[in-house]
Amino acid sequence: MTLIMPAPEPEILARRDELIERLRAILPAQNLIIDETARRAYECDAFTMYRALPLVVALPETVAQVSAILALAAEMNVKVVPRGSGTSLSGGSMPLEDGILLGMSKFNRILEIDYENRCARVQPGVQNLAISRAVEGRGFYYAPDPSSQIACSIGGNVAENAGGVHCLKYGLTTNNILGLEVVLMGGEVIRLGGKHLDSEAYDLLGLMTGSEGLLGVVTEVTVRILQKPVMARCLLLGFPSVASGARFVGAVIARGIIPGGMEMMDKATIHAVERFQPCGYPLDAEAVVIVELDGTQAEVDYLVDLVEAIAREEGATTTKVSNSEVERLQFWAGRKNAFPAVSCIKPDYLCMDGTIPRARLPEVLAGMDEIAKREGLQVANVFHAGDGNLHPLILYDASIEGEMERAEKVGFDILRLCVAVGGVLTGEHGVGVEKRNLMGEMFNEMDLKQQLRVKCAFDSFNRLNPGKVFPTLHRCAEFGMMHVSGGKTPFPDLPRF
Amino acid sequence: MDAALATLDIRDAADAVEALRVANARHMPHAILGAGSKKRLGRHSPLQEQISTRALTGVTLYEPEELVLSARAGTALREIEELLDAHHQQLAFEPMDYAPLLGGAAQSATIGGVIAVNASGPRRIKAGAARDHLLGFHCVTGRGEMVKSGGRVMKNVTGYDLSKLVCGSYGTLALLTEVTLKVLPKAETEQTLLVLGLDETSCLAQLRRASGSPHEVSSFAMLPADASPLRLEANAALLRIEGPQISVATRCDALIAQLGDSGARFDTLPQAESAALWAAVRDAAPLAPLSGQVWRVSVAPTDGIKVVETLRRANAPILAHFYDWAGGLVWLCLESAEDAHAAAMRNAVDAHRGHATLIRASDDIRSRVDVFHPQPAPLAALAKRVKESFDPGHILERGRMREAF
Repeated sequence: MTLIMPAPEPEILARRDELIERLRAILPAQNLIIDETARRAYECDAFTMYRALPLVVALPETVAQVSAILALAAEMNVKVVPRGSGTSLSGGSMPLEDGILLGMSKFNRILEIDYENRCARVQPGVQNLAISRAVEGRGFYYAPDPSSQIACSIGGNVAENAGGVHCLKYGLTTNNILGLEVVLMGGEVIRLGGKHLDSEAYDLLGLMTGSEGLLGVVTEVTVRILQKPVMARCLLLGFPSVASGARFVGAVIARGIIPGGMEMMDKATIHAVERFQPCGYPLDAEAVVIVELDGTQAEVDYLVDLVEAIAREEGATTTKVSNSEVERLQFWAGRKNAFPAVSCIKPDYLCMDGTIPRARLPEVLAGMDEIAKREGLQVANVFHAGDGNLHPLILYDASIEGEMERAEKVGFDILRLCVAVGGVLTGEHGVGVEKRNLMGEMFNEMDLKQQLRVKCAFDSFNRLNPGKVFPTLHRCAEFGMMHVSGGKTPFPDLPRF
Repeated sequence: MDAALATLDIRDAADAVEALRVANARHMPHAILGAGSKKRLGRHSPLQEQISTRALTGVTLYEPEELVLSARAGTALREIEELLDAHHQQLAFEPMDYAPLLGGAAQSATIGGVIAVNASGPRRIKAGAARDHLLGFHCVTGRGEMVKSGGRVMKNVTGYDLSKLVCGSYGTLALLTEVTLKVLPKAETEQTLLVLGLDETSCLAQLRRASGSPHEVSSFAMLPADASPLRLEANAALLRIEGPQISVATRCDALIAQLGDSGARFDTLPQAESAALWAAVRDAAPLAPLSGQVWRVSVAPTDGIKVVETLRRANAPILAHFYDWAGGLVWLCLESAEDAHAAAMRNAVDAHRGHATLIRASDDIRSRVDVFHPQPAPLAALAKRVKESFDPGHILERGRMREAF
């Protein structure tokens, strides 16, 4: 285990009974999980490498309960970790042994669908896909579509600024929400935005989005809903090299076309997918690119011809165009199955999430191969090609001594490479605990200090989801940001990790 | 008029660090000046020393295939737009030019100023605001510390999204030294569909119907007959349709078919006229020649007309008004008054959710009347803490947004 979380505070552990007693005054008995076996269900999210047993799990149902829990936590100086559906791939909702795990799953109602203003007000525990399902009868949908959309919650999407395969054209979560209701660490409830566009002052809505649960607890989200495009068609393209595939993607954009989706897979993934569930991907290709074009019939037909011509110019060895909805979905099936498919090569994989300037793709892929070979491991690549977001899947077998650690090392080295070519550590999965220690690769101390000061403006005692995102814990007092209450300083001995 | 003020030209971020360290040591507030095109925007504060970015210019990165451009803060917006145009690209949020409304040289804005006020135009409803296109930035905070955030790639969730925070902060948090923007291809062509002859309510209803259609309309405005830069005799709902020629024509026809039951007359404007019209809407040109005070209101699309009706019932002297963003953005020009009709305006907006900003009024009035929409106490307190996390000494743009900082 290379991950070190702040050591549990003995005085908090000693006050567990008192904490539970006071939580019972806020929540009905069935909304409080105290029993150890039941708490085990919450010991990790989708980042399963590290686990911790939460002190207690609270499942509030009302804003007043959330507010009361946070006020209590502030008063008793107890840490709080918010959690949506627990699908974070970076350990964003990994619990703390001396902290309350605040599960938002009971906030599961769609409060209002306002078709006239093209938005919906939903509670944070509503699943991403449930929003689209609720409005599809009238031809609408919610655009961001992370792969986990059948399970992940919209509150978690806000915390992580979730993306998906349609981001380049339709944006991330931050571009698709209009309003939030947030409970701050002291229990105060604030509303940011609403059904209108842009902020009357500082864009705290934008700041909250992607803040990984460190600034406040979201209790309501107003999302934009969009009218579904009239139709969509897909091209399935095979290229003789990753470089020609990457050139093709650049050429499409240079011609002024922003496809609804543009995904690339490397040879390892293509072969894994075809073994898993054949869907017609060319086995002789070094790279497969799927391009989806959406809009009106006339526009889509016109663009499909244009993109096909570009593909031929760039040396595509396979070009297939979907002529029916069945065929379009079949092209996508391989991409959607990519993660389970690579699991057939090795039992475990670590999914990384760097973003790079697209033109650097060939050298980054070669570099990744090199890094993996050094550790005797293999990497399969899935790539949101339009926006440069890479998902290298590092294949390993956790039952082999030392392989997990080697996979982790490969992952870190890959992310360092992403940063070195002008990219970033994470495009959509978040920093969480997973990439916390790499923040220094991208940011210097002053950059990080400013981010920590922003944290202090929201949570001056660092009680909300501490140990995530930042490589070190600090006292807000170090920055002149402490709002001392009753002369108490909360961290007599603060761990650095 | 500003002759008495000390103005310091900075050449790079190191100069800005030095200037702000000195300013902190002297407890001396400083305004940030680009081209000065938005000098009359925001609260008016007593004379302050100024730091000018006019020497901090130049595009430092432009990769059209990667859809990314970086420029130093003092770079002229016009220079950036010309460069993009040569590659058939654009800033899709089409930043508003405040010159027609506030005076000053047309098209003189700097990119730093555009970001500082989150300037966006009619396409905002479809393509997003400036805040949606700022990928990263370098700045010097009010403390005098060089800080960067974000990056140059399209998808990035590494650390807090401080880009959103500096966008629209009016320079109160940090002095931007370099910004990195997402740029997008220009549409092959555009056309505007005019929906004519309906009353205001029906015009706005047609905008909302169009915004719920799959025809990808990129802008939705409504000009009452008296506010029309087209000098039309009738109210007009305007729908901008952009894309490949073949698609624009079919979508325009589809919209006419869809809205045909409204009893409206239809007309279309070809590319050049369409572009000129939307530039006029973007810059609030219909209100520019009038001499009154100008407010900008952002509410839900269905609430725009309700705000106007509430103001009318309160006998607020509206000289002219028009709508953008499918009815959610209302530009109003009111007869000048000592209180800028602020109470009536705030009441009308607070009946819904949203905000009103006093865009044009005398310096004196903008020092006495809240320019930005007042916030509830917990939110105002949080905003002040955020401000102080960047600028504890209230050095940068003191009083520009809020009296408290």
